[in-house]
Formats: sequence, structure tokens, C-alpha cells
Amino acid sequence: MNIDPIQNGVVIDHITAGKGMRLLQLLKLDETDLSVALIKNVVSSKRGKKDIIKIDADIPVNLDLVAYVDPGATVNIIRGGQLVEKRQMEMPELLVDVIACKNPRCITSTEQELKQIFRLSDRKNKIYRCLYCETKAEK
Amino acid sequence: MKKRSVIDVLDLSVEELDQLVATANDIIAHPDDYAHACDRKKLATLFYEPSTRTRMSFEAAMYELGGHVISMAGANSSSAAKGESVADTAKTVSCYTDIIAIRHPKEGAALVAANNASIPVINAGDGGHCHPTQTLADLLTIYREKQTFSGLTIGVCGDLKFGRTVHSLLNAMSRYPDNKFVLISPEELKVPSYVKQDALKSKNLPYEQTTDLEAAMPKLDILYMTRVQRERFFNEEDYLRLKDSYILTPEKLRTAKSDLSILHPLPRVNEISVAIDDDPRAAYFKQVLNGKFMRMALILKLLKEAGTL
Repeated sequence: MNIDPIQNGVVIDHITAGKGMRLLQLLKLDETDLSVALIKNVVSSKRGKKDIIKIDADIPVNLDLVAYVDPGATVNIIRGGQLVEKRQMEMPELLVDVIACKNPRCITSTEQELKQIFRLSDRKNKIYRCLYCETKAEK
Repeated sequence: MKKRSVIDVLDLSVEELDQLVATANDIIAHPDDYAHACDRKKLATLFYEPSTRTRMSFEAAMYELGGHVISMAGANSSSAAKGESVADTAKTVSCYTDIIAIRHPKEGAALVAANNASIPVINAGDGGHCHPTQTLADLLTIYREKQTFSGLTIGVCGDLKFGRTVHSLLNAMSRYPDNKFVLISPEELKVPSYVKQDALKSKNLPYEQTTDLEAAMPKLDILYMTRVQRERFFNEEDYLRLKDSYILTPEKLRTAKSDLSILHPLPRVNEISVAIDDDPRAAYFKQVLNGKFMRMALILKLLKEAGTL
């Protein structure tokens, strides 16, 4: 399958196969009018299979969110058809307004102006907990 | 000087816990020395849900330090009923008082208050999340009964799944050396794995899990009882089958050590027979009194750190 190269935009590469759709939705790229491609199950020499998202526009991408969903992904910035920046993801210590706490007893469930903040509590097992109630984030 | 709040007992280091226990013991020994320690200072008690003992304990603590107390009339007749956020209430109350004790049904509410108040905030219970001053009461009781925090076999019994006081106590006591833990509960109410991981497994501490209170009894130095609540069970049959297993009676105490200390965060319903109240090993009403002394010690510490005293 061929997708045309982009001139100015963002390529999120090395996404674990199967996670591309969720990442696309969390980045709200499914709601945009921009030209966006999700390529699933691309053959990868390193991983066997991977997903790729191509965005044909130079827009800011929430890197914390990408790192949270798939810390193995890379974000490539393309300008003038050239790769100008390649970012390896690293799990951030704090996720601010990336995911929402699902605990109905959490203060964020009633005081909705509060920022949704999750803290990395276990890097090895990639576990984030709500800063307020310490409930584990659902993957 | 820096404003400091206490949301979780783990906000306090082992050294600070030891210092609070020492202060509380000094208050008990020399109450007159502290009778004017907080003259003209004001504690705000913001209780968004009913509480008898915690609220009265905080208020008694501040009065015994010579300070004053201003209370919110209750969530239904205060600014909260008009929809004011915890953050705004904390900012407002900071203008009137020197320190806040807050209880709120939502988990994390005390942290929100602390992040927005310009004065120290003490969490007096945020839903099922944390209740650090209860743990301080537990610790002072253990210390006064045993004169040590180390080398003890500590049994916790009852609802170990939802009991926040148990989780905090395990976390606090796991920081002292040579303690062993016996976790006694029905299968349905075992300590959650993340609590075991954080408090016990990550530190390679010896512990055992059992459903049999009587079998565990002879080895215990401390027995921390909690209530098995009907609403925690999915079916009535399981509740009825298990409820009496975890009621402490004089018969179950027959094999206990003569210097066992029995603790309970209270209120109790029926999980400790009243026949045990006169047993010298019953420490749960002393625990209530100790809670007041630890709250006094904590108020003093936080006001001093904030530069208010």
C-alpha cells in the first residue's frame, strides 16, 4: 500500500500494532478536517508489525499523550519534505489533561474545573495514578 | 518559612513521626506547658460530611493549645451548598484562620484545599482515600503500649480491602525495622495487591495471610480490628457466613499474649464484644484520647513550620 510522502506535517511512527486507532482518537485526529492517514499493520523489520499515523499539516502534537499511549513510538516532524526533527518518546512524570479519572468518588468527578493530573507511580510497569485519589489510570 | 500540609501519613518522614510522638508524649506529661502555645491562633474545621469524633478531637486539640476554632456550619448550609468549589473555599478560609482541618466525602479534596490555601491544611479524611491523623493516633497508641515501633508482630483483622486505616497503618509500620505482619480477613476482603506491594513486598517484609483469627492470635503483639461491613459483600449469604468469624470475644482472646494490645479505629458496631472493654489489653478508647494529643502535636508542628508560631 502506498501513501504519498508529506511535505509539511507530522509522522508518528513505530506505534505498536493495534494502538494506532486509539492514539488517533485520543489526539482527536478523527474529528479534524486535516488530511490524516492511519496505516495499520505495516511490516516492520524490528517489530514484525507497526502502525503509522501521518498528518499532512504542521500541527502541534501532544507528545505526553503519545508517550502515555505508546512510549515506543517516535514523532517525526517533516518540513519541505525533509525530516527536521525526530523525537523519541519518554514517559512523562505528569500527565496534565491527557486522560480523565474514572473514579466516581474522586474530587475531579464533581469539581470539573480541576485539571486532570496523573502521576507516574511505577515506570517499569507504566502505571499512572490520579494525583488526587491515586486511582490507577485505565489503559 | 514554608507552608506545609499533611494529606497522607506518608507525607511525614519516619523522623517526623518520631518527633510527633515525642511531642505528644511531652504534651501528656506536661499539659500546662502547652496550654497557651496557640494563643490567638485559629483552626478552621471544614467538615463536608458528618463526623463526631474526628471533628471534636481537632476542636479539643486546638482548645487545649489555647487556640480558637471556627467551623463551617456543614456542607448543606454553607457556601458549598451554593456551589462554591473546595479551591475557592480554601482560599477564602485562609484569610480568616491559621490552619485548616478538612473532611470531605470526595477523594483528593484535601489535596485540592492544600494546593489552594495559603495556610497549612490537615486532611481529616477524604472519602475512602486517606485519614492520616487516625494513623497518628494508632502510632501513638502502639508506642505508648509497647514503648517501641520495632520488632512487633502486628495483626490486622476484618475488612482489609476497603479499610483505609489498615492500609495507612501497614504503610507506616512497614517503615520501622523487624516488624512482622499477619493479615486476617475473609477471602473477599483481603488486602489489595498494590497495598501489599507498596507496604510489604517491595521491602521484603515478612507477612502471612490467613482467614483464621483464632489460629493467628497467640503470635500477635498488636491486634488491629476493623469492621466487616454488610455492604461490602455481593450476597447476604457470604456476609452471614463470615460476620461472626471476625468478632472479638473473650473466648477468642484465651490464647492471646498477656501483653497484647487491641486497637480499633472506632466506631465499633459489634466486632469487639463489650465484654473486652474492661480487659487491660483493650487500647481502643486510649486510642481516641491519643488521637487528640497527636492532633495537638501536628497542629503545633505545622504552625511552627509555617512561621505562624
